Amino acid sequence: MKYTYYPGCSLEGSAKEYDRATRSIMAALDVSLIDIPDWTCCGATAARAFDSLLSLALPARNLALAQSVEDNPDILVPCSACYLNLKDVKEKIRGDAELKARLNTVLQDEDVQLENPPRVRHLLDVLARDITAAALEKARRQSLEGLSIAPYYGCQCLRPYAEFDDPEEPRSMEALINATGARVHPWKMGGQCCGAGHMNTKPEVGMQLVAPILEAAREAAAIATVCPMCQINLEGFQKRISRQTGRKYNITILYLPQLLGLALGLSGQELGLGLNLALTREFKNRIAA
Amino acid sequence: MSHDATEHPSPALQKLPEDALAPVQEMVRACIQCGTCTASCPNAFAMDHTPRKLWRMVLMGQSAAIFQSRTFYLCSTCYFCTLRCPRGLPLTEAMDALKATAGRENLKPYRRSSRFYKQFLNSVRRHGRVREVEFMTHYFMEMKDPRLPFSYASLGLKLMGKGKAALQLPSKGEGKLEGLFQAVEDQKF
Repeated sequence: MKYTYYPGCSLEGSAKEYDRATRSIMAALDVSLIDIPDWTCCGATAARAFDSLLSLALPARNLALAQSVEDNPDILVPCSACYLNLKDVKEKIRGDAELKARLNTVLQDEDVQLENPPRVRHLLDVLARDITAAALEKARRQSLEGLSIAPYYGCQCLRPYAEFDDPEEPRSMEALINATGARVHPWKMGGQCCGAGHMNTKPEVGMQLVAPILEAAREAAAIATVCPMCQINLEGFQKRISRQTGRKYNITILYLPQLLGLALGLSGQELGLGLNLALTREFKNRIAA
Repeated sequence: MSHDATEHPSPALQKLPEDALAPVQEMVRACIQCGTCTASCPNAFAMDHTPRKLWRMVLMGQSAAIFQSRTFYLCSTCYFCTLRCPRGLPLTEAMDALKATAGRENLKPYRRSSRFYKQFLNSVRRHGRVREVEFMTHYFMEMKDPRLPFSYASLGLKLMGKGKAALQLPSKGEGKLEGLFQAVEDQKF
């Protein structure tokens, strides 16, 4: 199996471990990733709130560059915001020749043109439907039996494009978690919103979205995420939220490929576990055992 | 509060172009005021006008009241309303269009967010990829609020401690995506 890979800016910065874990499990599963040459920012949520043409032009550049990868493999994207931005362009130029022409005018200066860019796939989609839970279970070196994991999907891998899962009651992570030997923590928060950028610019509101998610995972050994924004909102403010609410939160938050990597027998180093902001001592002891 | 604002709009609001709402009106023209968007919105609790009411205000052309409200700036782009709207309206994109107008017109109530986005994109324009610490430094300089950096200090230090963020001096950079940004700006005229 082979994919074109779009890491996105977060995976070079605050979400380095997401990148490291994704590359490590793919290597362990014999899947090759080819980075989009000279990729640039997708515009994140900033471009959408700034200028609609710019918000399409930034991902369009990357889609156009992805066309140069031999055999036109699907583009694998771990970050949900990047995924949505790239997919949005792919969907919108289908049947809108005028928009495509407009984007190509903008791209002239970059010496690339949109023709027929490859399919855009979220990492979770690829894991659930291409690689499959069955194959992961077969490759398992260590069972995570006894751990209960809360699957957290967030928003933008599910909505507005219901591509690979139920956008209201997502379940695609469950078989993957079971494949590690762990069990799925029963909860209703999987597809709820973490507040996205609110923790940056409107923390008093953001906190009211994050706290119920942490509260619902209180009995879980960890929350597994598939988006750098969700991850940082859930892991980065637990002390602050504990102070505000008077409820103590100390919950392990890790990226799904880190969890899967543990079951594949990969080391903490290979999975970037040292970079996580919220790994409890209890969780570390459990995975070392 | 919004009532007063409508009667005494600030100078910036008085200068809003008359057609500022036109593209958004186009997006929500078919709204039937059912309230599914409000019921689906995780941020409705903090808004001064519910999303349903906002669409009505858009169609009534009440720009002064809209651009003083917190509503559209509290949209966290979760797409629940877009997913569930029985008329299939692009409601999240309509919220984005309002944010873009507020940013473009540099309207005061939204500066904390719109300058955050602006500095983020300036960093992308310079370097192609966003440099987190560098853009935050520019953001703090533009906001001129000496207390602001402290609210980010705890997380910032944690990230630096893990080697996930490095101190970067504000720079003019190489203008990596200058051509693309310029071409987008040229498209408008």
